Amino acid sequence: MNPVAAQAPAVRAAGIRAGYTADDVLRGVSFSVDPGQIFAIVGPNGSGKSTILRVLSGTMRPRAGAVEICGRALNTYDRRALAKVIAVVAQENIVAFRFTVLEIVLMGRAPHLGAFRFESPADLEIARDALERFDLLEFAHRHVEELSGGERKRVFLARALAQQPRVVMLDEPTAFLDLRHVAGIFARFRELAAERGLAVVATLHDLNAAAAYADRVMLLKEGAAVATGTPLEVLTEDNLSRVYETEVYVGRNPNTGALAILPSGRSQGRV
Amino acid sequence: MNPPETQLADLAAAHLTRRRMLAILGGLAALTALSAIAATAFGSVHISLARALTDPASPDHVIFFAARLPRVMMGIAVGAVLASVGAALQALVRNPLAEGGILGISGGGALGAIIALVFLARFGAGETLVPIFAFAAALLSTVAVYRIAEVDGQLEPFTLLLVGVIFNAFWGAAIMLVNSVVDFYYAHTILFWLMGSLEAPTWREVATVSVLGAAGFGVLMYRARDLNLLSLGDEAAAELGVEVNALRRTVFIATSVMIGAAVSVSGIISFVGLIVPHMLRLAFGSDHRLLLPASLLGGAAFMVIADLAARVVISPAEIPVGAITALCGGPFFIYMLRRQERRPLSL
Repeated sequence: MNPVAAQAPAVRAAGIRAGYTADDVLRGVSFSVDPGQIFAIVGPNGSGKSTILRVLSGTMRPRAGAVEICGRALNTYDRRALAKVIAVVAQENIVAFRFTVLEIVLMGRAPHLGAFRFESPADLEIARDALERFDLLEFAHRHVEELSGGERKRVFLARALAQQPRVVMLDEPTAFLDLRHVAGIFARFRELAAERGLAVVATLHDLNAAAAYADRVMLLKEGAAVATGTPLEVLTEDNLSRVYETEVYVGRNPNTGALAILPSGRSQGRV
Repeated sequence: MNPPETQLADLAAAHLTRRRMLAILGGLAALTALSAIAATAFGSVHISLARALTDPASPDHVIFFAARLPRVMMGIAVGAVLASVGAALQALVRNPLAEGGILGISGGGALGAIIALVFLARFGAGETLVPIFAFAAALLSTVAVYRIAEVDGQLEPFTLLLVGVIFNAFWGAAIMLVNSVVDFYYAHTILFWLMGSLEAPTWREVATVSVLGAAGFGVLMYRARDLNLLSLGDEAAAELGVEVNALRRTVFIATSVMIGAAVSVSGIISFVGLIVPHMLRLAFGSDHRLLLPASLLGGAAFMVIADLAARVVISPAEIPVGAITALCGGPFFIYMLRRQERRPLSL
């Protein structure tokens, strides 16, 4: 048995309700993610995918329900303590001033450092490792604004890694990336999941990416989970047609056996 | 493949190390010292530094210790305060064009100082109340400018600058209003505040701005790393462990104390907080652990030189140093604004 599987879940959410206005965006969502697991949250626009990440990262307070991170209630963490356990990579990332790639990645060490402390050789080694994993060593001196969208995305993934978290949350990590980079990024997180028991929670628009890279998938519709389980259990023609209100074809890649998901082209009415 | 040690050495050049920081700050400290020596040696009257320091009975001695030295010390303190406040405010609003003068914070502070001086001085407590009122009014301006420019939790960069323009106009009008109802005696003082000048400081004033400036700067330095994280946006900073609201309050208060202190002794001196951090950021990068102390030293040197120019350009008459900085700063601001259009403020 995998030794990390015996530990407390990396994330446990029970009956979360949350919203921006009087209406709840999340209407009682429950799930748990084990260490070493890649967990994908899929669903149509507005189904509450990103809201879940905001609740888990402590940015948004849920109206009801309980969240535990590494066996400890979320609301017992202060900001710094939480930043040592959870790293978040937003869909879009801003950098207001000119910083080098290495400087951005070293910002991931901030929760571990005191106010006047400089980064130690150990911190630098952690940053170097993060840069190397995302193929960024040659870019370390460059300013972030000079990089392409895909390179920039990898900088923020490396920064998240430099936090040495137990859980990484990725909001639409495949946006703006081409297929090769998507595969590369998930391969890196797969390694980290195996090596360190890192848990990955990702919202994904791309159902094929969820099918290919996730251990478990939660399919959301209008703030509630329609199904949670392995990609094979969740990403069925039935479930997807119902949630996306359009006919969906689910087949197999003849070479790899992985699920292949396509819209069949026939809509069930709404645009 | 290189062994890790070599790679770590390569990486040292790509971020701020303690060694690089000390080297840069040492260079800037030397620059400030040279400027200070030049500014005490030169002026509208020629003096001999040697005689000033050796012969207490000479007029050189009097000019050196009673006129030039306090003025240079004041220039150092005010320039240091204004430039480091500029760097901190820019980090807070994520906008390199922000600055105490441009955002109308100095104007608010000047109005507070004038009110304390003109209306409260007759109760005998004016001089002590001046920096306190300047601080309170600067804080009020800072919070108001920030809140008004904030839409849905986002600071729109150009809205922020526009709000600053409006605040400047408003405070300017309020100061003119006060000016038109007070005795002639105060009118010159008020004009001095509007123009910004380091004319004839007392040692007490030098001490006030130095002590309050140092206290505020210490607080900013303590949050320097958090200011770096703020460059990634409020949410990302929070996810890296920063209590963003607490940080914002701290910076509001520290910068207002500093601006209040500077304004209460020297009036509104704009653009120092814009020019100095911008040049230093271009030269040495954006890490606020370096940028803040570098701005402190660079601002001191810049102000001392600007004030030397103010004294000698049309000597024996004087230009207010605020006019010199605005004459340099205006075109500089336009240049930065034009560059900004081609490069978005954020990625």
